[in-house]
Amino acid sequence: MSVLDRTARSMLLSELLSGMMLTLKYFFTKPAVTLDYPYERYPLSPRFKGEHALRRYPNGEERCIACKLCEAICPALAITIEAEPREDGSRRTTRYDIDMVKCIYCGMCEEACPVDAIVEGPNLEFATETREELIYQKEKLLENGDRWEPMIAERLRLDAPYR
Amino acid sequence: MLAAIAFYVFAAVLVASAAMVVTARNPVHSVLFLILAFFNAAGLFLIAGAEFLAMILVIVYVGAVAVLFLFVVMMLDVDFARLREGFQRYAPIGFAVGLVLFLELAFVLWAWTPAPEAGGLRMHPQPGAEAGLSNTEALARVLYTDNVLLFQAAGVILLIAMIGAIVLTLRERPGTRRQVIAAQLARVPGETVVLRQVPTGAGLKDLGILRPPLPPAEEPEALPEPEHHGHGGGHH
Amino acid sequence: MDAFLASPAGQVAITFAHALAILVPLLIAVAYVTWAERKVLAAMQLRKGPNVVGPFGLLQPFADALKAIFKETIIPAGANRVLFLIAPMITVTLALIAWAVIPVADGWAAADINVGILYLFAISSLGVYGIIIAGWASNSKYAFLGALRSAAQMVSYEVSIGFVLVTVLLWAGSLNLNEIVRAQERVWFFIPLFPMFVVFFISALAETNRAPFDLPEGESELVAGFFVEYSTIGFTLFFLGEYANIVLMSAMTTILFMGGWQPPVHVEPFTWIPGVVWFILKTLFFVFLFIWVRATFPRYRYDQLMRLGWKVFLPLSLFWLIVTAALLKLTGWLPA
Repeated sequence: MSVLDRTARSMLLSELLSGMMLTLKYFFTKPAVTLDYPYERYPLSPRFKGEHALRRYPNGEERCIACKLCEAICPALAITIEAEPREDGSRRTTRYDIDMVKCIYCGMCEEACPVDAIVEGPNLEFATETREELIYQKEKLLENGDRWEPMIAERLRLDAPYR
Repeated sequence: MLAAIAFYVFAAVLVASAAMVVTARNPVHSVLFLILAFFNAAGLFLIAGAEFLAMILVIVYVGAVAVLFLFVVMMLDVDFARLREGFQRYAPIGFAVGLVLFLELAFVLWAWTPAPEAGGLRMHPQPGAEAGLSNTEALARVLYTDNVLLFQAAGVILLIAMIGAIVLTLRERPGTRRQVIAAQLARVPGETVVLRQVPTGAGLKDLGILRPPLPPAEEPEALPEPEHHGHGGGHH
Repeated sequence: MDAFLASPAGQVAITFAHALAILVPLLIAVAYVTWAERKVLAAMQLRKGPNVVGPFGLLQPFADALKAIFKETIIPAGANRVLFLIAPMITVTLALIAWAVIPVADGWAAADINVGILYLFAISSLGVYGIIIAGWASNSKYAFLGALRSAAQMVSYEVSIGFVLVTVLLWAGSLNLNEIVRAQERVWFFIPLFPMFVVFFISALAETNRAPFDLPEGESELVAGFFVEYSTIGFTLFFLGEYANIVLMSAMTTILFMGGWQPPVHVEPFTWIPGVVWFILKTLFFVFLFIWVRATFPRYRYDQLMRLGWKVFLPLSLFWLIVTAALLKLTGWLPA
């Protein structure tokens, strides 16, 4: 390219203008990929790791047997369990806390659980106004389990062939 | 009436902020008070009807000079304990210098007689006002028509000072590599980028695509080329 | 009524009314420039932008303002409290008082002063103080670095803006903004002064710290630059000031180069539209250009910014000034 040509191009800002034409072209392109999030959603994988839940057997008995495998495997040390025998002699937790602020949502607890008691459900909208609300107790986890059980069961069924 | 009040307000703030410039402990505060003083001086110019001078004062002194002052002063790391350290020791000398200056000023004031035509000039109307000239035009006429040679001479002296400052501080450092913007801008994609479809597993050497040859090493002590190039360069 | 208006109190009332008549539309415009920026940037990046608060997100600026105002004001422990609080006020005040001399239509300026263009130049050169003081008073590294960058940048680009203004003055023959616009009745100055127009607009980008010259706040290097430590109302004021400055610079470009309130050609259908509409349309075009440029170009490196200011724009504007002066003198087009 000759010097004159180059000077003329840079003086007339030809490269800047071609860049601006590109953005202008996109300005008039209708965005096709954005979802209106609260109203539209992407499909969630059955393996999506959301809010934790403690499940029950169909007869209403809680599944957790207080083996503490989840507590042991939790890499973030987010789970705290205390256990003692119930009146009927079965081993049950008296305390099952998950610190959702510490939790890294890796899903190791649900992998470790021998009875499919602790699971990470499909819920991803559990923001709170205070930090304290994010330290989940056993009641909250069981309540989550009751609320999400149909979806959790369906997710486990869909994922079962790959385990 | 209103103009008189405004004059005294501006003048009082001007004097007060000028005093603060020299008494403020923090040099940044000093510069900020200096800026306040400039503003009030501009206000006084406005009251006197010299709007051009007022604006130029703000543009040049507040907009540029004081910014650079502030720029430098902000970088200072002021240690007040060390500042006060020598105060006792140097106070007598400082006081003596101040006294000498004060006496000199007093002598000047005592011996000063105003030029006989000065009183008349103070009341002199702006030149060209009767011809409907604004004070900008009047000022321009004085500077660029009546005294154009002096003005140009002042400009040349400033230019020489500027060039001198550059010459004194410019250092030629051999061996530094500078960015040549023109050379970078002259590059076009066609000369520098080759896009080829490379079949999987075929390698690059057979296609005749190699890195462009490296320029001859400028430094004789350049490291010897390593034998193995890895598999990025297409050598096998 | 006439007696009241002639009295000093009446004069004060008139001045107040003038100020309100400018500031209220201006502040609403500034609010919507922030909205427009988000929408335009979103469109150019194939996003949607604010679309939840009100139809098309039109109430978003007000929601943001309310949110910012009701949050807690935080003043860093090491900050210089007085200067820390004054800095955003300086920024927004300077951005607003410059509008006193802008003629939005023939003779429609709150203060039609003789040296209007110098006033604008003075005010725009003061804008750097809000930034420097904020950076220094915050007692924070990032803020201070941002302030230093801003000081050097704005001083550098003012030089070329100054030469551009002188070139325009040569064509217009007056420092009064109304006269400058009237001088463009036959031909808008951006045609004979096209390189100056480009230099001015690019310098205006640098002067308002806008992308691609947003180094004082370069978020990838300095977090938020000079206003890192600001939250709530202080942040809001800086935000307002920045956008008011954008509108101001757009208005300045309109007045100096695009014929202000003049229609493009003085023939029938164009002359029906009032001047203020032309002025607003042209200003909006430049506001759009500001946003468009931000969507297109990446940030400059600092040494390249200085090179552009001192080694390209300064010689170019100086050269064009001399050429213009010689041309006007030789052809006798110099305005009386």
